Amino acid sequence: MGQIANDVILDIKDLTVIYKTDLETVRAVNNISLSIGRGKTLGLVGETGAGKTTTALSIMRLLPTTTGRILNGTIYFDGQNLLDFNDHSMQSTRGRLISMVFQDPMTSLNPVYTVADQIGETIKHHNTALSKGEVSAKVDETLSMVGILPSRKNEYPHQFSGGMKQRVVIAMALCCEPALLIADEPTTALDVTIQAQVLAMMRDLRNRLGTSMLMITHDLGIVAQTCDDVAVMYAGEIIESGSVEDIFTGERHHPYTIGLFNSIPNLETSVKRLKPIPGLMPDPTKLSNGCFFAPRCESCLDICRESSPPVTSGGFHRIKCHLCGYDGR
Amino acid sequence: MSLAGATSPLVETRELRKLFKLKGGALLHAVDGINLKIFPKQTLGVVGESGCGKSTLGRTILKLIEPTSGQIFFKGNDITALNTRQMRPMRRAMQIIFQDPYSSIDPRKSVIEVIAEYMFIHRLFRNRRGTFARAAELMDQVGLARRYANLYPHELDGGRRQRIGIARALSLQPSFIVCDEPVSALDVSIQAQILNLLMDLQDELGLAYMFVTHDLSVVKHISKEIMVMYLGQCVEKAVPEELFANPAHPYTKALLAAIPRPNIRLRNKEIPIIRGEVTSPINLKPGCRFAARCDYSMEICKTRDPDLVEISPGHFISCFKENLNRSNEGAASR
Repeated sequence: MGQIANDVILDIKDLTVIYKTDLETVRAVNNISLSIGRGKTLGLVGETGAGKTTTALSIMRLLPTTTGRILNGTIYFDGQNLLDFNDHSMQSTRGRLISMVFQDPMTSLNPVYTVADQIGETIKHHNTALSKGEVSAKVDETLSMVGILPSRKNEYPHQFSGGMKQRVVIAMALCCEPALLIADEPTTALDVTIQAQVLAMMRDLRNRLGTSMLMITHDLGIVAQTCDDVAVMYAGEIIESGSVEDIFTGERHHPYTIGLFNSIPNLETSVKRLKPIPGLMPDPTKLSNGCFFAPRCESCLDICRESSPPVTSGGFHRIKCHLCGYDGR
Repeated sequence: MSLAGATSPLVETRELRKLFKLKGGALLHAVDGINLKIFPKQTLGVVGESGCGKSTLGRTILKLIEPTSGQIFFKGNDITALNTRQMRPMRRAMQIIFQDPYSSIDPRKSVIEVIAEYMFIHRLFRNRRGTFARAAELMDQVGLARRYANLYPHELDGGRRQRIGIARALSLQPSFIVCDEPVSALDVSIQAQILNLLMDLQDELGLAYMFVTHDLSVVKHISKEIMVMYLGQCVEKAVPEELFANPAHPYTKALLAAIPRPNIRLRNKEIPIIRGEVTSPINLKPGCRFAARCDYSMEICKTRDPDLVEISPGHFISCFKENLNRSNEGAASR
């Protein structure tokens, strides 16, 4: 994407992921490419079922083993292809170099272990040489970093509120100071005032530790406030990507991106009626040969139904559309 | 209020309270002295964070939960003391749409059966044919293709299921519907479809809504008047334009500031973040409920409940500090 390789922490090329069962094949991620600059935050935007979480799980190599399959592509992390790693080297990467915060803080903590046990487990696993006292000191340090009093470390998850639990989960993800943090809708389950606290804390930590981030969200507001670059996903494809300026203030957009912006009720302006995108996302088991957005697109052409549009780019900004793409590809 | 015009309110509550008794005799203050009026064909938006009592308020007004004290009026009649049997004919006029389209629909009934169920209970038609014909009409009205009639709810997505919930609520031709977070479980593009549908139905059928949500941008879009709740009490009430242009209560201000705006020009603006979390609603002491998190709290805030005061026509707030500031300004200008 026009950057020197050294500046790129994560580089995904042509990734295709399917979920295969006896009955059907779900084409969850279709040939996507994206990259995250070192110290940058990439926002991955899309609706339910667009393939955002599948992309994240592919990076973590945590796809369900019985059904999930990576058909092709490469995921280069810091110069190495994660897809070539064996289980053992993946285990030492996960949690130490790349870690992930899951959407629901209520279910991602173990209810029968104290918070200190759970954070300590990660630290111990990746730093076997540390003594008990050193691990405990590191737990205290991590907890105070996310704004939780270390005196509460021997409490169980149910004794914390939702926002506090999400802080614990973030603390767990950050305790080994990973180079890449994947945050999968980290604030969706939280109230707005608590969401503001957690987002401010994440922004602060990122600036202090220089962590690169993949921020998965469906909230364009969060993208505008926290991300440097944006990739918009639809039906397993990245249909538009670029810097936040390209997406939020640029002139040229994919029709789906425009539809997404028109769907959100805006606080600054008053409109009488919202302009939703008609219809629904296509069934990922029955994708067409043409553009996946064509059935819902207002400016659909004949060619859109027949062939998949190429990705065209103007600088860093890329669009996958027959009509709105950059000319002179 | 100018909004009222000459019409009388369709729904009114006076000092409505719901306290839940907990083990050991503790009291949880879910709804704590709410006065509201909802006029025909209008929407009252009720906003607040989880645990502020907004859903309990909606359910108490419909008497799905018995109020502890206070009064509820529907079309001018006091319905507070009515028992379940006496309530039944009233239910035709007051309905509810639930938040979760997955768990609020019987999974063993087909789409058309779910929609027809209430009509059977209330014996609206003499035979099944008439009922199902009406159910099919309702499907058209909410934008559900008739080919879905014999499918089961699990075969449909969230947006379509929410349309079933709406059709079911409309089946008894109510004049008042409590919408309890009807769009928060849906994706943005689907959310907009459902919001538009609810507004079209309001115009067409003259419905009054009480729209309960945590999302200020949704409530701005749909409401005639907005009430902001915090721990069972109304902290501020105004028409949307006024509330968003001149929020007066510190909690409303913080709530508005906390919403991430899809506008990159506001990116590095420092936003005031309120400290801490909602205090426990159990065995509350007198005093402003927000005082513990408020940057402006004074001695008096912790000893006495602030009253709801009208600071400009139709704009009410309950805050000692704001009222003090305003009366000082008033004195200075005089």
